[in-house]
Amino acid sequence: MTSEPLFASGKTSVNGKGLSLVPKTDVKQSLKDFKSDQEVRWCPGCGDYAILAAVQSFLPELGLKRENIVFVSGIGCSSRFPYYLNTYGFHSIHGRAPAIATGLAASRPDLSVWVITGDGDALSIGGNHLIHALRRNVNLNILLFNNRIYGLTKGQYSPTSEVGKITKSTPMGSLDKPFNPISLAIGAEASFVARTIDSDRKHLQSVLREATAHRGTSLVEIYQNCNIFNDNAFEQLKDPEVRDDITVRLEHGQPIASASKAVVRAASGGLEVVARDSVSDDRILVHDAHNPDPSVAFALSRLDEPAFEHVPIGIFRQVSRPAYDTLMAEQLDEAATRTGAGDLSELLLGGDTWRIG
Amino acid sequence: MTKQVQQLDRVIIRFAGDSGDGMQLTGDRFTAGTAEFGNDLSTLPNFPAEIRAPAGTLPGVSSFQLHFADHDILTPGDAPNVLVAMNPAALKANLGDLPRGADIIANTDEFTKRNLQKVGYATSPLEDDSLSEWRVHAVPLTSLTVKALEDFDLSKKDAERSKNMFALGLLSWLYHRPTEHTIKFLEQKFAKKPDIAKANIAAFQAGWNFGETTEGFSVSYEVKPARLAPGVYRNISGNQALAYGLIAASVQSKLPLFLGSYPITPASDILHELSKHKRFGIRTFQAEDEIAGVGAALGAAFGGALGVTTTSGPGVALKAETVGLAVTTELPLIVVDVQRAGPSTGMPTKTEQTDLLMAMYGRNGESPVPIVAPMSPSDCFDAAIEAARIAVKYRTPVMLLSDGYLANGSEPWRLPEIADLPDISQEFTTAPNGEEGTFLPFKRDTETLARPWAIPGTPGLEHRIGGIEKADGTGNISYDPANHDLMVRTRAAKIAGIDVPDLEVDDPDGDARVLVIGWGSTYGPIAAAVRRIRKGGGKVAQTHLRHLNPLPANTGEILKRYDKVLLPEINLGQLALLLRARYLVDVISYNRVRGLPFKAEELAGVIQDVINSDQ
Ligand SMILES: Cc1ncc(C[n+]2csc(CCOP(=O)(O)OP(=O)(O)O)c2C)c(N)n1
Ligand code: SF4
Ligand SMILES: [Mg+2]
Repeated sequence: MTSEPLFASGKTSVNGKGLSLVPKTDVKQSLKDFKSDQEVRWCPGCGDYAILAAVQSFLPELGLKRENIVFVSGIGCSSRFPYYLNTYGFHSIHGRAPAIATGLAASRPDLSVWVITGDGDALSIGGNHLIHALRRNVNLNILLFNNRIYGLTKGQYSPTSEVGKITKSTPMGSLDKPFNPISLAIGAEASFVARTIDSDRKHLQSVLREATAHRGTSLVEIYQNCNIFNDNAFEQLKDPEVRDDITVRLEHGQPIASASKAVVRAASGGLEVVARDSVSDDRILVHDAHNPDPSVAFALSRLDEPAFEHVPIGIFRQVSRPAYDTLMAEQLDEAATRTGAGDLSELLLGGDTWRIG
Repeated sequence: MTKQVQQLDRVIIRFAGDSGDGMQLTGDRFTAGTAEFGNDLSTLPNFPAEIRAPAGTLPGVSSFQLHFADHDILTPGDAPNVLVAMNPAALKANLGDLPRGADIIANTDEFTKRNLQKVGYATSPLEDDSLSEWRVHAVPLTSLTVKALEDFDLSKKDAERSKNMFALGLLSWLYHRPTEHTIKFLEQKFAKKPDIAKANIAAFQAGWNFGETTEGFSVSYEVKPARLAPGVYRNISGNQALAYGLIAASVQSKLPLFLGSYPITPASDILHELSKHKRFGIRTFQAEDEIAGVGAALGAAFGGALGVTTTSGPGVALKAETVGLAVTTELPLIVVDVQRAGPSTGMPTKTEQTDLLMAMYGRNGESPVPIVAPMSPSDCFDAAIEAARIAVKYRTPVMLLSDGYLANGSEPWRLPEIADLPDISQEFTTAPNGEEGTFLPFKRDTETLARPWAIPGTPGLEHRIGGIEKADGTGNISYDPANHDLMVRTRAAKIAGIDVPDLEVDDPDGDARVLVIGWGSTYGPIAAAVRRIRKGGGKVAQTHLRHLNPLPANTGEILKRYDKVLLPEINLGQLALLLRARYLVDVISYNRVRGLPFKAEELAGVIQDVINSDQ
């Protein structure tokens, strides 16, 4: 087979930017270059369309060789995503995309590897793989399409559905407390955690920009409307009448406040949302996504509890930590430096040997 | 006192003691000395799954059996000639395997009232006449060791720890084993604790000297070196050979090895071994579970690596869905199953051949997978290369079925010439194969039916694969009935058409009417049994399957050539089911599932019965 250096153990050790090991193109790209020839088959009006369009129009900005981009997905409506992008793609099995992508990204630092997953895919069947991918910090961008429902299997409640959700499998209402994906990710040692929404392309793309610049695993929760089985789940965040009141925008270095409210430290030690005009500017919490201590980011992730009244949007956490693939490549390099590249004959002769005849 | 030296052609020794007594290490060192001396040998470690079962109890007994000879041998031996029993539990647990007249070397220091009670001996068997059928050598191994180490600044407890080295020294004297290697080994093992190294060496030498001077042993034994084929040899266990085979497969395929694995007995040693060889560019990934292990390996294979996952039966069960994904995406993948006794957790440290049907059929849908099974510890090396050859050439997951017996057993291995190893490399696809520069990821090679392997990073060949049924050629999602039928049949035909070598039959005179067929690790015991039959003038033919899917093309024809076909398996007849269904041959099954390999004598009896019934 080709002996191209793409298999070299990763001669360069990079702790810098997310995609610095991925080759760049000198060809100018446009949205069209990233559309595949496959007909998109989501229900009309599904939020997945908006996310696809946002990603397709964002990718040219990265200027990467298209052939070095891979989308890996699990199973669910959202996981059909890779078919519609003219990159390499792997539509795998339910919940396992983070594991498959880990093997790919860990062995090929020259690739930009994306994981597309749903709330059921990532948090039910694949919950274990997700948390381990996050703590491991392989260079992956995970986009979690959260529609708070199982779309593909026609509308059962999901691990992000609110308690009491009436669905076909829960006619008297669901009983189990949902996961908050952001809290979960922060608890799982994630180095990059963000939330955005399908309807706000500008915000979605700004988050993707930061996520791709991050070297390590980035988790981006995308609120996605399933207009068939869970319509208007995020309506308050879209309705011009109320959205500014509910949305809590997180911007690194900026006070966390809107025209009407502000986030401050609570006497209890946590955070609370208060009326903007009830506090002086210096009491308003300034967002520090780079804070090594995850506790403030975690507290921010709890602001929407219990009633979805204040919903933070943006990057909760963005801290630098060596990526697993880099560390792995460094060990291979170190082993080769210490004892020289592997030699099969030497290996076989390595134990106690004896000669006959 | 001059001592008598007696010549033997072969000896079977079993070291048995408490899990904490270091019996595996003792066995390993005796094996190393024996290998160095030039005997042919075969080993059978047998240990409890518990890391430290309660001391002195029957479940806590750990043993190591070694068979060595002046000629080539095939098994670790049926019944020991010598049992080293470090405590009453070790004696009790192993006495049943000991033929009359065998030697027992018992550590009298451990035959205390309490220890005897623990295993239900009312009186010491060393003192009543219950052992009169054996030759008992009562040796206070512990106190002799402590005495030998008097001058060392060691606690009594630490000194007692070296009693296994005292026993090793005694046995080394008894069988004229070279000592230099053991001394060197101890120096290296305890390089950071030179005092402990010296104490162990002193205990070892004291054991040797004790043999030389005591009147308890009037005879020592010599087993001449075996006349094996010329070459360079080393002793190797199945797991180590398998790991080396995977490394060789990586070199010979020019593909970087990616191992995704989750620890499980008896497969973990392959993960451990491969983790040591990063300088070959090998990535070993200890995943969060078996599913992630195989998933990561498959992801790496998509990226152009030689993807491997190693596990045992329970892990294979978890991996099934991902193996199915590899079947349908037609990516190379090696799934190593070091079989152990099941079902469920079963008996983790004991051997079995019970995963054949799971390997064959344990997935949803029509998902055929080639199966390769090594037949001896050293054959694990070649079998791993063969599995990789098939995986890469045909773009398919391959099951490699080892087992606990092969994994931990060892034998001398004549090292292959690197130049003689097969070149198993294949080209990645780098150019469009369709009209107008299009790429058809499921357009197949007309001969092998393999699809192109185009890896990310290859310009112009961007494509999507997945678990949903694909249209022939384009690989686009397809629910077309005729296409699905075609794809199911094509995937089956691809596996059925894999080039596997014909079966060879061993039938020296060519007139046997009974055939014994086996697969995997039973090769040694079956071949040893066949030898016994022939020595006694009986006629029997033998053949052995290394490829279980597809089966060699001449299998049916061979089976039909004989009046009777006998198939011993360490399961309840899994291969027999396949052979009967496929060839309509009335295969006679012989099945035992005791967690142990067959004994040659037992199989010889079974073969003889079949021969007799044929008359
Ligand atoms: C092993 C397995 N179990 C169950 C299913 C059925 N299944 C497919 S998608 C899905 C849930 C999808 O929900 P989510 O991840 O939220 O994706 P969405 O469709 O909402 O985008 C289920 C249960 C499956 N495909 N595989
Ligand atoms: S079911 Fe819901 S999530 Fe799935 S495609 Fe339709 S609208 Fe989208
Ligand atoms: Mg969903």
